[in-house]
Amino acid sequence: MGIEKKNKNLGLHSLPGISYKQPNVLAGRTDVVYVTPWLAPIIWEGTFDPTLIDFIYKQQNITIATTVFALGKYTRFLKDFLESAEQYYFVGFRVHYYLFTDQPEAVPDVKLSNEHQLMVRKVPSMDRWQDISMGRMKILEKLTKSELDNDIDYIFCLDVDTKFYGRWGAETLGRLIGVIHPWFYDYPRDQFTYERRPESQAFIPVEEGDYYYTAAAFGGTVQEVYKLTKTCREQQSIDAAKSIEAIWQEESHVNKYFLYNKPSKLLSPEYLWRDINARTEHVKMIRFSHVAKNNAEVRPNL
Amino acid sequence: MRLNFYHFVFVGVLLIGLSYLGYTSNWQLQSCKTQQIDDVRTEEQDKDLELQNRTEEEHNDLELHHGREEQHKDLGLHSVPGLVYTQPSALNGRSDVAYMTPWLAPIVWEGTFNPTLIDSIYKQQNITIATTVFALGKYTRFLRDFLESAEQHYFVGFRVHYYLFTDQPEAVPDVKLGNERQLRVRTVPRMDRWQDISMGRMGMVAKLTESELVNEADYIFCLDVDTKFYARWSVEALGSLVGVIHPWFYNYRRDQFTYERRPESQAFIPAEEGDFYYAGGAFGGSIQEVHKLTKTCNEQQNIDAAKSFEAIWHDESHLNKYFLYNKPTKVLSPEYLWRNIDARTNEVKTIRFCSVNKNIDEVRSNL
Repeated sequence: MGIEKKNKNLGLHSLPGISYKQPNVLAGRTDVVYVTPWLAPIIWEGTFDPTLIDFIYKQQNITIATTVFALGKYTRFLKDFLESAEQYYFVGFRVHYYLFTDQPEAVPDVKLSNEHQLMVRKVPSMDRWQDISMGRMKILEKLTKSELDNDIDYIFCLDVDTKFYGRWGAETLGRLIGVIHPWFYDYPRDQFTYERRPESQAFIPVEEGDYYYTAAAFGGTVQEVYKLTKTCREQQSIDAAKSIEAIWQEESHVNKYFLYNKPSKLLSPEYLWRDINARTEHVKMIRFSHVAKNNAEVRPNL
Repeated sequence: MRLNFYHFVFVGVLLIGLSYLGYTSNWQLQSCKTQQIDDVRTEEQDKDLELQNRTEEEHNDLELHHGREEQHKDLGLHSVPGLVYTQPSALNGRSDVAYMTPWLAPIVWEGTFNPTLIDSIYKQQNITIATTVFALGKYTRFLRDFLESAEQHYFVGFRVHYYLFTDQPEAVPDVKLGNERQLRVRTVPRMDRWQDISMGRMGMVAKLTESELVNEADYIFCLDVDTKFYARWSVEALGSLVGVIHPWFYNYRRDQFTYERRPESQAFIPAEEGDFYYAGGAFGGSIQEVHKLTKTCNEQQNIDAAKSFEAIWHDESHLNKYFLYNKPTKVLSPEYLWRNIDARTNEVKTIRFCSVNKNIDEVRSNL
């Protein structure tokens, strides 16, 4: 029975009678690249048909877990995060939010759609925002290893100081999902802010690198995210034992992981943008973005 | 019985025991339908437990890993440090073709993938690719070129098992195969009509993929034999369900595709529907997916036959019906099955696999 549950039929089934534009063989977006050199799709506006994609994935009867951490003053971001998610995030699909906080009483009362559930988990407070950020890996490792229901098919791990502004849907689903960082998508690889000290487990030499990924959003199947978070947690511990902290904390470790365990799908910076008021010619649509905040004021330490 | 001190102690211990149990047991941490607040152990308690549980965890991990291995291989896209290749661009790629379908299956064209990187990734998966080819009647004459050119271009460096179905095993040429490549010849009965031979392949591949190949191979491709390889045809083509865009129709409108248009046939597709016109001469995927495809097509062909119907392009019509409602996870451009080595178009810059010229009347035993 366990095996039957696991081996769901995840084929891309469609039905007679649904109508959509004929796919083009000779024209696509020409201003961006939407497939990686290892043939993983890169999701940009215009590369997928939302109607068709929703139709296909609705037939898979899936559940998507979504984790978010709100400690200390970060609880102030929860209301906007949850309310905007209810408007744009996997609308019409089954979503289980896992909210980790040190102040459960500060969780706002947000009305969720029928298919969305909120589970609040209390965690200890921490003094350094870097520790809070990196500490997520350990909690996620535990969550994905044993605490998630057998019925969870996919999981996304998102930063909380953010807001949804446009569709984030089933086009993002896949085995292992990375999101291209909004600041570096057009930089040469030797300028990526990878960890460059060989002493760190997160080290990447200047000749290597595909993309610079953000740690503010990543996901995939429960099994794949378990492997990712376990590895990052282990690498972080090894560094800590040598009193090293990678330059961008867990983001450095995520980038190391994604270089040698390539994502099966990438999301363009539309899926994690930097500022709703900043646009570029390539990012025609902003779906999910960090919100403006005063770092000094909201973080427990500088 | 009078209540005494010891009764209170007993109740006290019971209460302490219960609350300890309540604090540490799992049921408290299980998710509920309504909002619930759960406690997560402190880091110190964690460390103690971790030390205790380490060997248990390692044991469980191994079991988990083993069990999973038996069920399915780790098909992650692993790469290794030190591998050197051009940086992927986020902004510059081919602008003359589309290389992804609206349901996000990549369309594979020259320039969309890095062969060095892709080979490196797939070499770590330790995979086997089964390949079926049917050579009945005079079609055995195509075998030498097919096999020799495959050895030069087809999944070079990977484990390939050819399954050659023929009615004349003695006509199979002696072609030297590379390391880790095997040829398995299966004898099948003679058939009089080429249409029956073509359609009959579905049933035979369905049988092969039902159980024999399940533990033998990871992927399978089914190829026409009156063809030849001219350039790389390899792991960039792998996926759970793979179709090839037909070389004749890639720039046609959907109502011009030569789908079966008679509603009486199981292969019927109405004029307003259709993604691509796929070629019957090459398709593939995981053993499980190709089994479902060939089994379905075989059944649909039989239903038609019982009504004395034969779809306009035989197995290709049924294949197209299947792919419309069970979309491929990867689509290969017409580079992967071209029409004529001497014909080129603006978009098809590389010809990898191509029909060879043949005198149709002469080579087919019936008209």
